[in-house]
Parts: sequence; C-alpha cells; structure tokens
Amino acid sequence: MKKSMIRLCFTAGLAIGLVFSLNVQALTVGFAQVGSESGWRTSFSESVKAEAEKRGITLKFSDAQQKQENQIKAVRSFIAQRVDAILIAPVVETGWQPVLMEAKRARIPVIILDRNVAVTDPSLYLTRIAPDFEVEGQRAATWLTEKTGGKCKILELQGTVGSSAALGRMKGFNATIAKFPETKIIRSQTAEFTRAKGKEVMETMLKAEGGGKNICAIWAHNDEMALGAIQAVKEAGLQPGKDILIVSVDAVDDALKAIVSGEINVSVELSPHLGGPAFDVINEYRAGKKDFEKWIHMGGAVFTIENAAAELTKRGAK
Amino acid sequence: MSLSSNQHLRRYLWPCAGLLVLFIINAIISPEFFHIEFKDGRFYGSLIDVLNRAAPVALLAIGMALVIATAGVDLSVGSIMAIAGAVSAYFITKGVDSLALIIGAGLVAGLIAGIINGFLVGYMSIQPIVATLILMVAGRGIAQLINEGQIVTFDHPGFAFLGTGSFLGLPFPVVLVIITFAIVQLLTRRTALGLYIEAVGANPSASRYIGLNEKAIKMSVYCVAAVCAALAGMIAAADIRGSDANNAGLWLELDAILAVVIGGASLMGGRFSILLAIIGALIIQTLTVTIILSGIPPKYNLLIKATAIILVLLLQSPLFQKQLSQLKFWKNKKEMNNA
Repeated sequence: MKKSMIRLCFTAGLAIGLVFSLNVQALTVGFAQVGSESGWRTSFSESVKAEAEKRGITLKFSDAQQKQENQIKAVRSFIAQRVDAILIAPVVETGWQPVLMEAKRARIPVIILDRNVAVTDPSLYLTRIAPDFEVEGQRAATWLTEKTGGKCKILELQGTVGSSAALGRMKGFNATIAKFPETKIIRSQTAEFTRAKGKEVMETMLKAEGGGKNICAIWAHNDEMALGAIQAVKEAGLQPGKDILIVSVDAVDDALKAIVSGEINVSVELSPHLGGPAFDVINEYRAGKKDFEKWIHMGGAVFTIENAAAELTKRGAK
Repeated sequence: MSLSSNQHLRRYLWPCAGLLVLFIINAIISPEFFHIEFKDGRFYGSLIDVLNRAAPVALLAIGMALVIATAGVDLSVGSIMAIAGAVSAYFITKGVDSLALIIGAGLVAGLIAGIINGFLVGYMSIQPIVATLILMVAGRGIAQLINEGQIVTFDHPGFAFLGTGSFLGLPFPVVLVIITFAIVQLLTRRTALGLYIEAVGANPSASRYIGLNEKAIKMSVYCVAAVCAALAGMIAAADIRGSDANNAGLWLELDAILAVVIGGASLMGGRFSILLAIIGALIIQTLTVTIILSGIPPKYNLLIKATAIILVLLLQSPLFQKQLSQLKFWKNKKEMNNA
C-alpha cells in the first residue's frame, strides 16, 4: 500500500515536471495497452507509438501485463496527469464503469481500441475502434467462392473455442458460403490459434479424408494455424496453394512471405494500425465534433499474391 | 514369487486394455486408421502420427515418472520446453550453424532449470508443487524474453530433422523417445538407482537413515525431467520450424502427470514404470486423434477427454474392480439359486 503510494507520488511528480517542461500546444495522450500477449499485439503497440511520434503527440504508454487492475491504475494516473485524451485497449469487457466515470468527470475523452467494454452508459466513451471479425470471415469466404465458382470441400481449423475472433470469423464465413450449396465445410476442429496444433490437427484430418485428394481448400481462423497446416499438407505429398487452397486471416509477416512463395493463397488483414484513426478522432473531437459512431470498423484488406510482396516491402520500410 | 509377477502383469493389463479399446474405436470410426504405407523412405499413416505426436508428452512423462516416484511433481516442464525451444531458435537466428552447439545450448538451458528445481526441492525442502510452480510461471516469461515476445521462424534443415526427420522409416521424435527410454530404463533398472528413487519416494527419512543421499537423488530426478523437457521443447520447435514461447508446451505438464497416473503410478511416490508412463502418453494422444476423427464439434473435446480418462482411471482402481467383481459374483449366485 505504502509502496504504491510512493509510486503514485513519484509518477505524479514526474507528470508535473513533464507538464512544465512541455510545449503547451503539444497534445498529450495516455494509452493503456493490454501487454505483449502476441505478435499482433506488439505490432499494434508499435504502430500507435510510431503514429504518435509522426504527429508530434506525447504518448504516455502503459503496459498492463494482461491485468485489468494495472490498466485501471494507469487510467487513474492519466486522469491525475490531466492528459488530453485516453486510449484504452481493454483486457476484459467488464468492470470499466467506475474509472470511465472518473474520466468523464475530469472531462477527458476516452477511446476504446480493439476489445469492447460493457458499460450501461454509452456516453462514457467517444467511440470504439476495432476490427470486425465477421467481415473478415465474409471476405475470406467471398474470395474462396469466387475462386472456386462455388464448388468446394473445405477443412476448417477453428480458433480457441468460444473466443470472439473464432465465433465472429466462423459466423461471417458460414453465412457467406451458405449461399453456395456445393461449398461445404466437411470437417471442423479447433487448433487453438497455434502453429503446432494447426499442423497436428491437419495431419489427422488429411488422413481421415483419404490423403486429402478430394479437399479443395483449408480455411484457418488465423495465420499461425494456416502456417502449421501448410507443413502438414506438404508432408502429405500435396502442394499447398495449388492442390489445396489455403485461406486465412491476420496477414502477419510470415503469412505474407508464404503468400509470396505461393503456399498461402489469401489472408485477410486484421489491421493492427488502430493508432491513426484514434488520433484522427481526438483531433475531430478537439475541433468541436461531439457525435461519433460507437464502433468504427477497421481492417479487412485482402492480401493475395498480387499485393503481398508490395505490403511486405512497405512493412519492412517502417 | 508367482504372485508378485502376476501382480506385475496386472499393472500392465488395464492401461494396455484402455489403449486397445481406443484403437478399436478409431478403427471403427475411420477404417484407414491402421493403414500404413511406406512413402518417401518413411512409414506414413495415422498410427505413425499417434506415435510421432505422442513423443513430446512421452518424453515429459519419462522424466515425470521419476519425479513422481520420489513423491514430487514437476509443474515447470511445459515452460522448460518453451525455454529450450526459444534458446535453440535464438542461436539459429543469430547465425550459429553447428547443430551440436544449438542442441547443446537447449539441453544446457534445460539442465539449469532442472538444477534450480532440484535445489529448491532437495536442498531447500520447499514443497515440489510450490518450488516448480515458480519456474512454471517465470519460465514462460523467460522464454518470451529470449526472443522479445515474438514468434521466431527459422530455416535450419539439420535442426528441423529433430522434429520432422526419419530414421529407419520411423519419425525421428519416436526414435528419440526410444533412445531416452532405453537409457533411463538401463540406469534405473540395471543399477540400484531405480530402487533408491523408489525408496526416497516411499519413505525419505528412512532412506536417509540407511545412508541414501536423498537430496542428491531428488536433484538428479528433477535434472532428468528438465533435460527430457528440453529435448521435447526442441522437437516441438523443430517440428514447426519456429519457436512460439507463448504456446509451446502450454499445459503439457498436466498431460505428462496424467500420462504417469494413467500408467498406474501413485502420486504418493514409491513406485514407477517408465513403459507404463509412455503407454499413458499414447492413450492421451490416441484419444486426441479419436476426437478429431470422430468429427464431433470442438466444444465437446474436453468433455470427451475427461470422460474417457475417468473411465481408464476407474478401471485401474482396486476398489472399483472389487465392486465390479462383487456385482458379477452376485449375479452368478442368483443364477445358481434360480437353477
């Protein structure tokens, strides 16, 4: 208790020092991030930091190490420091009401990034900027049905059972292929979003389907599982990308490389670049706009062999 | 003597029967299950996959069997897998080409972890579940730190051979399990070491009084468990040609404990069978394959797994067996009365 008080005093002291040393014009934004749970999360943090630097915004970054109580502490210290706006990428949906009310009382606008918050009063935050999992599933399915003319037997690798990404992507994909009676998912199993499980589950599925000669496509809920699956396809003596089409979501660097070498056919981007739109919203708010849509949908660029190489060089340049 | 060898056989009966039943179920669901062909210089088929995929858990179970025999438990093996995989991947991405150096580094990382566990349990007398919990939690963090939280992909054919190569037609992980099994079995059954381990598990103070170095024995079993885990971690990394510190070996310590328990070992220590622990690992993996083959929606996976394991464990319980035989006896008696 005493320790945390000292820490609080210390941060507060530091903040006061900063306020005096700063140019009055410069915008200060606090960002309460989840932590570094995955590669995607890391590029999300990096992208927000880079965007802030580009725009000359002072970003106060807090890494909560996957704990909500750390995030709430961070938000309280942002309020104490009287930042101009707060970005929160919540760990979980619940439990945000009190601290958001404190922010509202202090008249600091809050923007939610990525995961949602469950609050009874929607005026507690300006807007939520997040990817739309259903749209990602739809885009993947649309690409596949166009490519195959609506005739396809699919093996599905689901994400972790019950996760919002897996549920949303499944819903979007299934709704789209429902219009094509000859496009069917014949086997579906979870591979828990990991590469190792993706490979293991695909090995067994392919053997159960007589070596996979009648399979037209593999639909994986993320790139990691797809990268595991292409190894299983290769070991079964088939060519991933040609004999079996590979459709996936995320568009991480490794997947784009696989697209360039022809082993993955398509990956729908889960955009980690949520920083730019968030700062746009803050600027609009400061310019006087008060009424924002409650959910700004992000991402969904479709990467195939035509544009993957260009995207890779673009990312490498950053 | 005949009684004890009979009992010895009975210990093997139920786990083997469980494995056999699972095989039969698989053969019914998918007739191709037993189909094995020789392709590109290696055997290819579902049964081979079961052996190959069970290899990491089997390696963990070999080490875990020894630890559990000393009435301990090692919760950190999953994290040690992640550390070993991350260390090997780090060396490869830093341009080290020598296979001996890469594998050596992974094994040394495992050994250090084992020494920490062994020191805490053996010399500091901290309860095993607490002592190894430290490394279970911290170890994964260390593994993430090594490669800065990223999933590292590498290309090193020599190292990849650990996970995807084949030797005499068998997947190389299976060969590694057989080698490890042979070494540990020789060490424990052809020397007095096995007896010492069981003695420490059965009664640590008595074994101290008869002059056994209880601390050193505990230290050695945790080291063996950690080195086995490091080997399993490198197999897992080599298999996907990448090190995923977040997920490599996640919860596998529980599978390893389960494998040892299915193999009939008591968590109170005092006895072990390495072969039965490996059969336990095979049962777990066969069950996973059964679930995938059956096409049942994934949300039922854990339920099915739990049910099957409860059944296997019940069949092994002497009390349950007695109740079953009483039921049979009662039925026979009734029939006799009717006649």
